[in-house]
Amino acid sequence: MIPVEYYLGLSAIMFVIGALGVMVRRNPLVIFMSVELMLNSANLVFVAFAHAYQVLDGQVFVFFVMTVAAAEVAIGLALIVSIFRSKHNINADTVNELKG
Amino acid sequence: MFVPFDSTMLLAILPEILLVVLAGVVLALDAAWQPEKRRWLGWLTVVGLAVAFILTATVSQPESEPRLLFGGMLRDDWLSFAFRLVFLFGAAITTLFAMDHEALGRKGEFYVLLLVSTLGMNLMASAGDLIMLYLAIETTSIPLYILAGFITTDDKSTEAGFKYLLFGAMTSAVMLYGFSLLYGFSGETNLYLLAGKLGELPMPALLGSLLLVLVGFSFKVSAVPFHFWAPDVYEGAPTPVAGFLSTASKAAGFAVLMRVLLAAFPAALPSWQGLIALLAVVTMTVGNLLALAQTNVKRLLAFSSIAHAGYILIGVVAVNAAGMNLGMASVVFYLIAYLLTNLAAFGAVATFGRVSGSDEMDAYKGLSRRSPALALVMLVAFLSLSGMPPFGGFIAKVFVFAAAVEANWIWLAVIGVLNSIIGLYYYLTLLKYVYLYRQDNLEEEQKPLPISRPYALALVLLVIGIILLGTAFNPWFEWSRTAAASLF
Repeated sequence: MIPVEYYLGLSAIMFVIGALGVMVRRNPLVIFMSVELMLNSANLVFVAFAHAYQVLDGQVFVFFVMTVAAAEVAIGLALIVSIFRSKHNINADTVNELKG
Repeated sequence: MFVPFDSTMLLAILPEILLVVLAGVVLALDAAWQPEKRRWLGWLTVVGLAVAFILTATVSQPESEPRLLFGGMLRDDWLSFAFRLVFLFGAAITTLFAMDHEALGRKGEFYVLLLVSTLGMNLMASAGDLIMLYLAIETTSIPLYILAGFITTDDKSTEAGFKYLLFGAMTSAVMLYGFSLLYGFSGETNLYLLAGKLGELPMPALLGSLLLVLVGFSFKVSAVPFHFWAPDVYEGAPTPVAGFLSTASKAAGFAVLMRVLLAAFPAALPSWQGLIALLAVVTMTVGNLLALAQTNVKRLLAFSSIAHAGYILIGVVAVNAAGMNLGMASVVFYLIAYLLTNLAAFGAVATFGRVSGSDEMDAYKGLSRRSPALALVMLVAFLSLSGMPPFGGFIAKVFVFAAAVEANWIWLAVIGVLNSIIGLYYYLTLLKYVYLYRQDNLEEEQKPLPISRPYALALVLLVIGIILLGTAFNPWFEWSRTAAASLF
């Protein structure tokens, strides 16, 4: 059996890659992909520990996370479409009418 | 503590059931009714929320001992009861403000999304399990992303929704990673069972997962350094939605913050107190200093709401493990006062913006001559925000600072007071525009500024509430104390 630390290490690497992707990339679609990567790194921890402890809570959690992620992306794509309609561009740097 | 299922438990989730039913009815009638009849959807939502409020207050009061229901998913206690009433009230007022908004008022889906988001907040306030907590936070956030970007023809609104979604999705992913580590370290998802297992954990692991979880919560309450979204989203989103975001959504964030910190992290109490104290200082100072430079009223209110998050965090710091001091009670009281005050401020801005089409400070010149009633509402709301007696905001600040002094965080209270003085400056600057300055073109001041009936009703309710909280504050404070005591 693969020890649970290995899963934890892999998930940490995935999480960091995802977080860097969110900060560095400027294309909203790629940013969403990076967010998915972060969510999946959490899912990996849940599943790995659910297996290690032999309790199902973690696996149940993963189902909910996947549902929520799908809902979030659906909203995100809808917003991207409505921005694209008016600007014909979705680069995060050109969406800057509001100065933060 | 865990209660096996019986049918009376359904009474404990009565407000949630009513919200789902109301959302279903509004959605069905939206499809069935002709467009010209749809304005009644707003009144239907308001009446439905009022009925839910009254039924919740009378029928679904919690039992004296906190209970964990539905396999530990929900905790039925006075804190969740108090916050549910606050959210239902906030949603009803927001509906009144949205009803005559051109782009929102006749859209059934607007009310449905608002109701679903309120449902999520109710669950946030009562969640007792990580799974429920995550789902509740997302049930709150996802409809709010759509509401912020609701006006698809307005570039600013879609951009606001988009930015809110990007920040929200990222911070909630970080928070989820924190949850997964908490589950990994303890093997439990229930907040109240977690604490026992986490106590044995080495400090770095505990603090690491705490930090990840705090990222998500700081986003919800718009604490620095996760506040970037607030000014942009408040400016771009429809004004009633911005008001809802800055009050009910923030209150829900604080409900979760208090419960998770006390239920799951009692082992790290001194560490998180220091951390939250730092967060409070930075949040207050950054919010207030950046607010000084604003010329757009909605952005000003956004930075002011960041600063207020800092004041409320002072109350969170001032807790002690026994739970018999002012700390959490002052937080609950502050949130109630802040909800009324900030809704009134955003309501006045919405009323004015609907007629004048501008949220810039310059447009507010001479408002006291154009509409004395609206100017008076702004006076009450902004003086209460700045913490002037006899309004609710004053008493709330007194309690928060008193709690800090009582718990020996005197330096924190001093910084809080200094920050309130900075705050006073920019609130009074806006009032100067309203009361002292005249429009360059005096004919502008003669134009009528109609306040439609739903706005008038909501603003009168809020002003009465603000004054009540500031004068007859004792019953409200006792109520907050009961609510806070059930956290422990």
